[in-house]
Amino acid sequence: MKDKKLIITGMIIFFVIVTFPFWYNRGKAAPQPDLILTTKAKTAKVCVRSTEYMRGEHMQLLDVWRDSVVRRGERIYVSPAGKEYNMSLTNTCLDCHSNKADFCDRCHNYASVRPYCWDCHIDNPKENS
Amino acid sequence: MDSSRRRILQLLGLSSLALTARPVFNAFAKEEHAEKPEAILKDSENALKAKQWALVIDTRQFESEEDLEPLMEVCNEVHNVPHLSEKRHEIKWIWGEPYHNAFPGKAARFLSEEVEHKPFLVLCNHCENPPCVRACPTQATFKRESDGIVLMDFHRCIGCRFCMAACPFGARSFNFRDPRPFIKEINEKFPTRMKGVVEKCNFCAERLAEGQLPACVEISEGKLTFGDLYDPESEVRELIRTHYTIRRKQTLGTEPSVYYIV
Repeated sequence: MKDKKLIITGMIIFFVIVTFPFWYNRGKAAPQPDLILTTKAKTAKVCVRSTEYMRGEHMQLLDVWRDSVVRRGERIYVSPAGKEYNMSLTNTCLDCHSNKADFCDRCHNYASVRPYCWDCHIDNPKENS
Repeated sequence: MDSSRRRILQLLGLSSLALTARPVFNAFAKEEHAEKPEAILKDSENALKAKQWALVIDTRQFESEEDLEPLMEVCNEVHNVPHLSEKRHEIKWIWGEPYHNAFPGKAARFLSEEVEHKPFLVLCNHCENPPCVRACPTQATFKRESDGIVLMDFHRCIGCRFCMAACPFGARSFNFRDPRPFIKEINEKFPTRMKGVVEKCNFCAERLAEGQLPACVEISEGKLTFGDLYDPESEVRELIRTHYTIRRKQTLGTEPSVYYIV
């Protein structure tokens, strides 16, 4: 055990490096992103499901929509509230949420997720027209 | 550890108890969510339906490239098909092909002037026995059960191009480049594709869902006829019954659904 000092110093350095991100960022939590709703989204009041559901599960919902539309050709979504929607990211979701940069991107950047929807789907049907 | 008979029996009893716990928990969990109504997915009431969609092309009414042009044009516009001038990168959904290329087995050594020189409209044949579907390792391309359209799920395509090798009609194109900069005018209602996926004609599945005929058929002024191959009363069956029709590379057994009146 003649290297005791060396080993312990090494362990301390290792521990400090490993925990560095935690104590370096302590108390500096990024604020929850502030989403901007378009006037159309505000007047509609409800999305296809409750806000809470949409916030937590919109990715699963979109996944179900995509399989249903692309593979089974079923394109109408009857929400639990009984309202019918055309299952289309481009033509339904983005019709209200036409501000991708202030709506979709804010949360996606905050959560550091990079969905590849926009590689093909045109991100804003109304921006150009 | 003391592994007496008693201990082992105790453990067995405990583990069987643990196994029964899961269904009980599930039942409780279900009860909690019982009041949450489920959404329903269905197809639109005005969607056009068929057992197997088919297309009849009256080639007698097409005389030159200019006659095909508007049909190709409208398809490219509706589906955001890019125009790449480099032959190797070309994306084709519907295009013109000389007779001996479109119908290689049926071209005689000497052909009538007219047939020899005019282009024939070709597109995906939406085969009843599609070899591309068998080749696809991810089931990105599939034959839709409900109406027989051979469709692409671009989300799943990994760009292996096996389907292109399998298709005997060359109906599939690969996006070697990002197509967006090459689209003349983007139709905002329809997605584009991305670099690295294969694409082809989709028989306007998105229009059929809204009760509209395919764009090329709509603009053709009766030169193209679209309908259900398995409905003996349909217009396409009537045309096939009353005219002599041929199909591309029929001997391969893929059963193309595009018929040509010659």
